[in-house]
Amino acid sequence: MDPASPHLAGHPRTAPTSFLRRYVFSLDHKVIGQQYYGLALLAVVIGMVLSWIMRIHLAWPNLAIPGLQLLSRNGAPGGIMTPEYYLQLMTMHGTLMVFFVLTTAPFVGFGNYFLPIQVGAEEMPFSRLNRLSFWVTVVAFAVAVAAFLVPEGPPLSGWTAYAPLSALGAIAGPGEGTGQVLWAASVAIFCVGQLLGSLNFISITLDMRCPGMSLMRLPLTVWAWFITALMGLTAFAVLMPTCILLILDHVAGTSFFVPSNLVINDQLQSQHTGGSTLLWQHLFWFFGHPEVYIAIVPGMGIVSHVLITNMRRPMLSHRVLIYSMIALGTLSYMVYGHHMFVSGMNPFSSVAFSIPTLAITIPSTIIVLVWIASLYGSKLRINAASLFALGFISLFVSGGVGGIFLAQPSLDIMLHATYFVVGHFHLVMAVAAIFGIFAGTYFWFPKVTGRMMNETLGKLHFWLTFVGSYCIFMPFHYLGLAGNVRRYPAFVDDYLQPLMPVHKFITVAALLTGLAQFIFLFNLVYSRFRGKRAGENPWEGTSLEWSIPSPPPSDNFGGKLPVIYHDPYQYGVEGAEKDYIMQDSPEQVDSLHDEK
Amino acid sequence: MATTIHEPPSNSHSGDNGWGNLPPASRRLSVEDNSPASRTGIWVGLAAITMTFAAFTSALVVRQASSNDWVRFSLPPVLYANTVLLLVSSMTLEIARRKFARFTRHPSERRAAAPLFWLYVTLGLGLMFVIGQYMAWRQLKAAGLYLATTPSASFFYVLTAAHVLHVLGGLAGLLLVISRLRARVPTLRGSTLNAVSYYWHFMDILWFYLLALLWLKL
Repeated sequence: MDPASPHLAGHPRTAPTSFLRRYVFSLDHKVIGQQYYGLALLAVVIGMVLSWIMRIHLAWPNLAIPGLQLLSRNGAPGGIMTPEYYLQLMTMHGTLMVFFVLTTAPFVGFGNYFLPIQVGAEEMPFSRLNRLSFWVTVVAFAVAVAAFLVPEGPPLSGWTAYAPLSALGAIAGPGEGTGQVLWAASVAIFCVGQLLGSLNFISITLDMRCPGMSLMRLPLTVWAWFITALMGLTAFAVLMPTCILLILDHVAGTSFFVPSNLVINDQLQSQHTGGSTLLWQHLFWFFGHPEVYIAIVPGMGIVSHVLITNMRRPMLSHRVLIYSMIALGTLSYMVYGHHMFVSGMNPFSSVAFSIPTLAITIPSTIIVLVWIASLYGSKLRINAASLFALGFISLFVSGGVGGIFLAQPSLDIMLHATYFVVGHFHLVMAVAAIFGIFAGTYFWFPKVTGRMMNETLGKLHFWLTFVGSYCIFMPFHYLGLAGNVRRYPAFVDDYLQPLMPVHKFITVAALLTGLAQFIFLFNLVYSRFRGKRAGENPWEGTSLEWSIPSPPPSDNFGGKLPVIYHDPYQYGVEGAEKDYIMQDSPEQVDSLHDEK
Repeated sequence: MATTIHEPPSNSHSGDNGWGNLPPASRRLSVEDNSPASRTGIWVGLAAITMTFAAFTSALVVRQASSNDWVRFSLPPVLYANTVLLLVSSMTLEIARRKFARFTRHPSERRAAAPLFWLYVTLGLGLMFVIGQYMAWRQLKAAGLYLATTPSASFFYVLTAAHVLHVLGGLAGLLLVISRLRARVPTLRGSTLNAVSYYWHFMDILWFYLLALLWLKL
């Protein structure tokens, strides 16, 4: 196509000059992406501090934590937390981490910034809805954190808010009144934000790709965000009404989730009749399991993208990775019952959920095998981004192996209420996803800021975090196998005493690993202002984000749509001027990896 | 040896290699969709709404089976009148769409009035539907059935209220369309009118589904 063709004319524009419109209520997807990332950063710091407080209490239950009484006078008199307050902090740790970190940063954070650029679009199709999506999420975050400020504090029912505990009101314990309603309202509002985000992601991927950008020419990151958006659309659309029903049980006296004849604290709950506690679990986990993949699939895309760029060759099969991610997304809806093996549901249902749970290991394994086989023999460029990508694979595999045990009802009955599960999901979903976030940050920081991050600090950050994560979460598995129950605020039973040294080790590891994150924060701030200047394409990448200035202009492509000539990962091309060919380069050689 | 080409290579893996995503050559108003993202966006939005009501439905089915406290009651008769109102409103919106197509082919102030008139009629019918639903709640309340009286009443209120909230969203969409058509230089895009129409018709379909569900289960 003639580059002067009017069909390729875009809409040149400059960034608004007003501070509020440019940085706060911006319509620019890149600003919104950074805002999401900033929100996730704030949430992860709070969530990490909460985990420190919990770990210190578990290791040294009688130790007064200075200042904790300021957070809650009733929950931590004299700095020593009550058992209930432990559960309240646990609830908030899980809620902030799952919703405001693991969903926010890898999906709508990076996705907002890079998806439109990588598909060759100038903006999101529904920019105002996109802006609304972020600010709705901010409101959800504020409502969740507000639970710390109400007299009885946040709820104690866990991030899964199991009924009937979560549906009864203040009688069920501290935070179960206003705190629980705030939690449900926060999650429902969060769902609205994610639905609006998913709407934009799906529409832009299907309809606003630049000329030549066929579906199979989309980078793996775009596929990952697209699949995640499809999951988000269906999962959050279910969680929102579920939270509304929970709020109604609280404030309107309905009985969706509270059964008859329930006696709490010696009082018969006569205002409720006939509700179903299992109903909550079914509805929650219909969202909850896809949520695991909403957290991890964007990381898979980022890791693939980072590794390919650093291996200087494409993955063994672009298509197999895409199809496997689609299979993960599809199967994620069929496996949610494996969270409910011990809930009292029909045992035959357990078998029905166990089989697809074991089946989901197939696409997961295929993805890992493609990564490893592609890495084999490659001359991988070792940098902080590629190290975190390798770390992602390691953690995903280590955590995933635990999942094979838990997928079998007979084993899960033994392990379900133990630290084995805590170790499993933290490795496979939480820490792995966070490694994906780190890989993305080190990789795309030059594009976003125009400066490089400090590699030495980045590698130091990687090794401390990588070793630290294993020191924290691997022993959890051993604790679980030894019968160490989870959700307990302290281990005072005799049979658990021999395990206390392990708990102390984990706590020290958690504190040190947490401290190592300040290296990252320092690097982030220092490099933003003092980092080495990055060119347009410091990693010699091929996708569209590397064809525009760093940082990108407000209209992404300078008011002109790019034209795509190649598959996304043309590396190691013999006969080319360099060892790679950009997607929008008309240069053509015989040995291209382009699918014919 | 590297060579230079000026056309993207052919690719048989997708329909149009993204060429269909080019901006429209003409910005002229047309009832034809001139924004594929709007068309996709509305279907994506409707899929999310479908999932929400599927969740409500599964909750209803499970809750009904979980206990013997399900009390059946007759639906307020005003619901049937409301159903007719909503059905007619879809027809008037379709008339508005056709009039708008005529207006876009031959724009004139006089022709702009016709779709406006039918949009106002649709808006009025939609408002009457909302008022009618409020009357249904009043009738149920008069019969002693409140939100927490029985689980069946709970679901009646929840499902109808959730639907009304979505209808209010549709009314907001109609107001947007009207305001863009009323502007001195109309800025209404065909894709916007189409999106609002799809949404409105979907509210019809959703209501028929809910009415059938309530009629069968309550």
